[in-house]
Amino acid sequence: MTAPKTLYDKIWDAHVAHEAEDGTCLLYIDRHLVHEVTSPQAFEGLRMAGRKVHAPDKTIAVPDHNVPTTLDRANPETMTQDSRIQVDALDKNAREFGVHYYPVSDIRQGIVHIVGPENGWTLPGMTVVCGDSHTATHGAFGSLAHGIGTSEVEHVLATQTLIQKKSKNMKVEVTGKLAPGVTPKDVVLAIIGETGTGGGTGYVIEYCGQVFRDMSMEGRMTVCNMAIEGGARAGLVAPDETTFNYVKGRTHAPKGAQWEAALNWWKTLYTDDDAYFDKVVTLKGEDIQPVVTWGTSPEDVLPITAVVPHPDDFEGGKIEAAKRAIEYMGLTPGQKLTDIEIDTVFIGSCTNGRIEDLRAVADVVKGKKIKDGMRAMIVPGSGLVRAQAEEEGLAAIFAEAGFEWRLAGCSMCLAMNPDQLSEGERCAATSNRNFEGRQGYKGRTHLVSPAMAAAAALTGRLTDVRELA
Amino acid sequence: MKKFETFTGVAAPMPLVNIDTDMIIPKIFLKTIKRSGLGVHAFDEMRFDRQGNEIPDFVLNKPAYRKSEIIVAGDNFGCGSSREHAPWALADFGIKVVLSTSFADIFFNNCFKNGMLPIVLPQEQIDLLMQDAEKGENARMTVDLEAQEITTSDGDVIKFNVDSFKKHCLLNGLDDIGLTLEKSGAIKSFEENAAQSRPWV
Repeated sequence: MTAPKTLYDKIWDAHVAHEAEDGTCLLYIDRHLVHEVTSPQAFEGLRMAGRKVHAPDKTIAVPDHNVPTTLDRANPETMTQDSRIQVDALDKNAREFGVHYYPVSDIRQGIVHIVGPENGWTLPGMTVVCGDSHTATHGAFGSLAHGIGTSEVEHVLATQTLIQKKSKNMKVEVTGKLAPGVTPKDVVLAIIGETGTGGGTGYVIEYCGQVFRDMSMEGRMTVCNMAIEGGARAGLVAPDETTFNYVKGRTHAPKGAQWEAALNWWKTLYTDDDAYFDKVVTLKGEDIQPVVTWGTSPEDVLPITAVVPHPDDFEGGKIEAAKRAIEYMGLTPGQKLTDIEIDTVFIGSCTNGRIEDLRAVADVVKGKKIKDGMRAMIVPGSGLVRAQAEEEGLAAIFAEAGFEWRLAGCSMCLAMNPDQLSEGERCAATSNRNFEGRQGYKGRTHLVSPAMAAAAALTGRLTDVRELA
Repeated sequence: MKKFETFTGVAAPMPLVNIDTDMIIPKIFLKTIKRSGLGVHAFDEMRFDRQGNEIPDFVLNKPAYRKSEIIVAGDNFGCGSSREHAPWALADFGIKVVLSTSFADIFFNNCFKNGMLPIVLPQEQIDLLMQDAEKGENARMTVDLEAQEITTSDGDVIKFNVDSFKKHCLLNGLDDIGLTLEKSGAIKSFEENAAQSRPWV
């Protein structure tokens, strides 16, 4: 009998094309997603060496980081010159090297991690990489997905493999049920609050337990998306009926006999009983509350009912970091989190820019108005999400409430396009990073769920969404 | 890639934990289609004010540390984005080695692709090296990759671990793609098998 394996072990073993004596492997890559910021130097490297893209049919390119999200973006003047150069370079490289490509004008354009799953490129049991740390998102399908640097982008383009050593196995189990008002975003932030941003370093996490079994694909993508914020190479959820139902019928998903063959294999993708995990973290679903971040690291997480901590509450290097974060964020220890006033609300990103996220926002804001003077924007994750939200009547609810309803892109998650915070501006954001300057120079970010962001837009301060019901 | 050779250089102390890639190279500098020239923007928002003036308190602006080749850093250095612009910026500034108790995974890998050596050491040794680095310009450390040794200005020798394959590539300045293409037979046979076993991919 073979030793019991984890889900990660199974996917890994199915993709090793070569293993050296010291354990260094060539891992075969099934899907390579490409965007405009981390790929130009890689394509240039190929060109200089006279190399081709090894598997253009497994390579999918889409511009997302730089693209404006305003309705007039077809006008090239809406982009700065350097942004335009990057988008144009992707356009040229995609066509020249013959990879699948969704240009800005295509309705399927959007954030690369939303486009992949939506079009059926991401399937269970695959290896998926992209020059972007939030590639972890695709782990929601039970595919091994992680971010890579530009040198590795070039390596995958040239060889369709990556030089890798296997990570360790970590299990994050969330048992039981979630309380009303608690969302997948709260779950993943609570996990990072528990493990710290370095807690997953060296590991691939499998998210196990009833909470994830009950979660939609959109929710699982939110959780896996932020595996990287916990330091893990990747996050995984074992595929099940929820996964298969999501995948079935998508453009690039297998059909007919191939669907049946694929399904047979996908059903073997689970962690065997007694498989070994090097690290296990367990949380109770019932204990998780709606949370917000107060500082400048995704681990700076507290329930919305809490107060801003004091640096002395921490230990070691974190004391200095907390002092710096509290000062940067313009907060006072002991201040109630619900007393923090917000200038801007950003709803979108590869973490929370999917249809379910927009439905959650609509549920909170329907028939209400955002606070006077609030800047509030909703940026759908893709053109297809936007179209669906319009069809479902969500866009009308947003407009009625006073939100800006934008075109698809990464937008203010990392503020490489014109959507940015100004100095001192404070934002409730559904994105994934609250680093210093992330959303704009000296901008202040509080990470929250879509429902909590919607609540903050209505009241003008960080708000417990459960109190609005 | 340039070969990694034994050198002696100034080490800058950066004890802050969780120094992320947005700090190392803010996103406004990601809009380049080149690999070079990012050193002047390394740590931009910590190093310069909005008018472009140097912030004197920042370690790399202090006279003793302007030519640092080593950084001794707090935990979890390089967390956040996958941007290789972070190691490009550090390497272009002149950094060859970063020492910390831990690194973010993608940043760690990216360093090796650019001839830089990230070294993981236990807290006590990082504390010792941090103290040494705080002595300034006169405290030069020597990093010998072949022997896997750091020698402090006081002559203390600290051994470190490094992946044997990565060490080999750094010491010889090897290009990963070239090495992998030597195994193209293995890749081809993997693809032939996969076409049978997982034809839907």
